[in-house]
Amino acid sequence: MVFFLLKMAFKNAVRHRLRAMLTLSGIVVAILAFGLLRTVVGAWYAGADAASDKRLITRSSISLVFSLPIAYGERIRQVPGVSSVSWANWFGGVYIEEKNFFPQFAVDPVTYLPLYPEFVLDEASQKAFIRDRRGAMVGRKLAQRFGWKVGDVVTLRGTIFPGSWSFVVRGIYKGRNQSTDENQFLFHWDYLNEKIRTVAPRYADRTGVFVVGIQDGSAAAEISQQVDALFKNSLAETLTETEKAFQLGFVAMTEVIVQAIEIVSFVVILIIMAVMANTMAMSARERTAEYATLKALGFQPMSVGSLIFAESMVLGLAGGAMGIVLTYPAVRAIGGALDNIFPIFNVADKTVWMQLGASLVIGLSAACVPSIRAMRVRIVDGLRAIA
Amino acid sequence: MSGPAVSLRAVAKTYWRGGQPVPVLTDISFDIQHGDFLALMGPSGSGKSTLLNLIAGIDQPTGGEIRVDDVDIARLSESELADWRARHVGFIFQFYNLMPVLTALENVELPLMLTSLNRRQRREHAQLALEMVGLAERVGHYPNELSGGQQQRVAIARAIVTDPTLIVADEPTGDLDRKSAGEILDLLDRLNGDLGKTIVMVTHDQRAAERAHAIRHLEKGELSALEVAVSRPVTSEREGGG
Ligand SMILES: Nc1ncnc2c1ncn2[C@@H]1O[C@H](COP(=O)(O)OP(=O)(O)OP(=O)(O)O)[C@@H](O)[C@H]1O
Ligand SMILES: [Mg+2]
Repeated sequence: MVFFLLKMAFKNAVRHRLRAMLTLSGIVVAILAFGLLRTVVGAWYAGADAASDKRLITRSSISLVFSLPIAYGERIRQVPGVSSVSWANWFGGVYIEEKNFFPQFAVDPVTYLPLYPEFVLDEASQKAFIRDRRGAMVGRKLAQRFGWKVGDVVTLRGTIFPGSWSFVVRGIYKGRNQSTDENQFLFHWDYLNEKIRTVAPRYADRTGVFVVGIQDGSAAAEISQQVDALFKNSLAETLTETEKAFQLGFVAMTEVIVQAIEIVSFVVILIIMAVMANTMAMSARERTAEYATLKALGFQPMSVGSLIFAESMVLGLAGGAMGIVLTYPAVRAIGGALDNIFPIFNVADKTVWMQLGASLVIGLSAACVPSIRAMRVRIVDGLRAIA
Repeated sequence: MSGPAVSLRAVAKTYWRGGQPVPVLTDISFDIQHGDFLALMGPSGSGKSTLLNLIAGIDQPTGGEIRVDDVDIARLSESELADWRARHVGFIFQFYNLMPVLTALENVELPLMLTSLNRRQRREHAQLALEMVGLAERVGHYPNELSGGQQQRVAIARAIVTDPTLIVADEPTGDLDRKSAGEILDLLDRLNGDLGKTIVMVTHDQRAAERAHAIRHLEKGELSALEVAVSRPVTSEREGGG
């Protein structure tokens, strides 16, 4: 019986070829668009989502543009609960052309790498990177993008730190998670600092941020306060926050846009829900006499209602499945084009679940009114709806 | 099963339209015996279909009692009534009312979905019923690939496949040409004569009505006395009225 009803529902769904095709493509496009928009939103928050709750970021309380004395690191390490301290300095160099943007950080490899276990690099390469003062460690995607191999020399044109800077690729790291940024370029802070000391000693021995490793993520607020208290009323006051909060700080500027995209993604679903509901209402109305006949033959109203639900679900899920399948190549294509804006542009599992959920909701909601109507209509009235 | 197949007592049906009562049937009482073939005639709007629908359990009377095989069907709940119809009533409609997305065989199989038969048994029964109406080679055809007469024969196969107590037909030949109508009436004749099915048929057509055992006229909500059909028996005659 269930199988029979399903078969009938399926045949009903494709009864009007053109209508079925149009509705189906509508759902496909909506689910695809939904998936893409969700992916954009996800990409925006990717940095924050990938952030570890075991890391704090300490920076100048005035602005990121101002650097902090490297000596602060020693004092931060004394704060109870702090397990390690490292630092990173934004470099902002240009590789050949401006449009080849990717993030570059001058770091202290020995302390930095243990703080970022999500950057996966074999031990030999790690050692090679640490040993070579001009060495660089680059993300897999970045290396792919420019065809870099270990041993290649990469030259960046400094903007904040003028001059031509050459590095040797010593390691290509892989991300441990889908959300790990594989577009970073890391090199020795010592190398940078050395050069600065010779040309502009006033700017030497400083860094943009400290990365503070803590043992217990739940103590983050307390430790942050204690760190900032250390430098209260000094020349360079600090602002310490979790890595996540730090990353969200970048997003906050554009949060309104992201929220708008998020709203649009739901509006797309709402629109297709209305379109689909209309299609189902139209189809069910045309079949009033058929449903009445089924009831006359002894089918319970519930069975007739299920028939309509099944038909609607067939359309919703078929469209949804196609939309989901198409999301992957679409995201890959768009991700390739937007690589330097969104280092992480993946279809998250959550997005797929949401797409699936949306397809279900589209199917279910469209079936509600017509199936209740078909269940309720008196048989004699339904039969008169013929001819 | 000693009593009548169908027994109506003081049956009344009033529709409400725009707050106004529209009495269609006022006080209908009569019996239909097992094995009867009754034709209901009357002018358009006289309530023939309404009466037939009440007997078939797809509509509820506003008064009186309808017993079919001694079951007071007016007392059954909607869901019980649906089960009851599945077991006891075969329907034949003027416009066949087949499911366009199902083949002839599947259409006939449809009412068997509500029985405990397995798939193979259902197929066999449906096949047999289609053979009985002479459509054995059309099992895989969809309704739109069949003529009106053939569609009505599929509908008849669907009506008999569950072996119901009662077969109701509302103008079964109303949409057919004379020849096809004759074939349908012959079939009904055989269902009644050979299988002993009790049949109630609404018709406008005197010739169709004459194929029945008896005719009742409905006018202004009241039923005429039983008339014995004049031309009975005519089973051997191959072209009936249409
Ligand atoms: N659902 C309904 N609501 C209101 N009035 C109805 C309804 N069904 C039937 N009627 C009215 O009841 C009367 C009898 O209708 P019915 O269909 O039983 O007539 P009929 O004898 O079968 O006519 P016909 O020969 O045209 O089929 C008509 O006046 C009709 O308008
Ligand atoms: Mg009628």
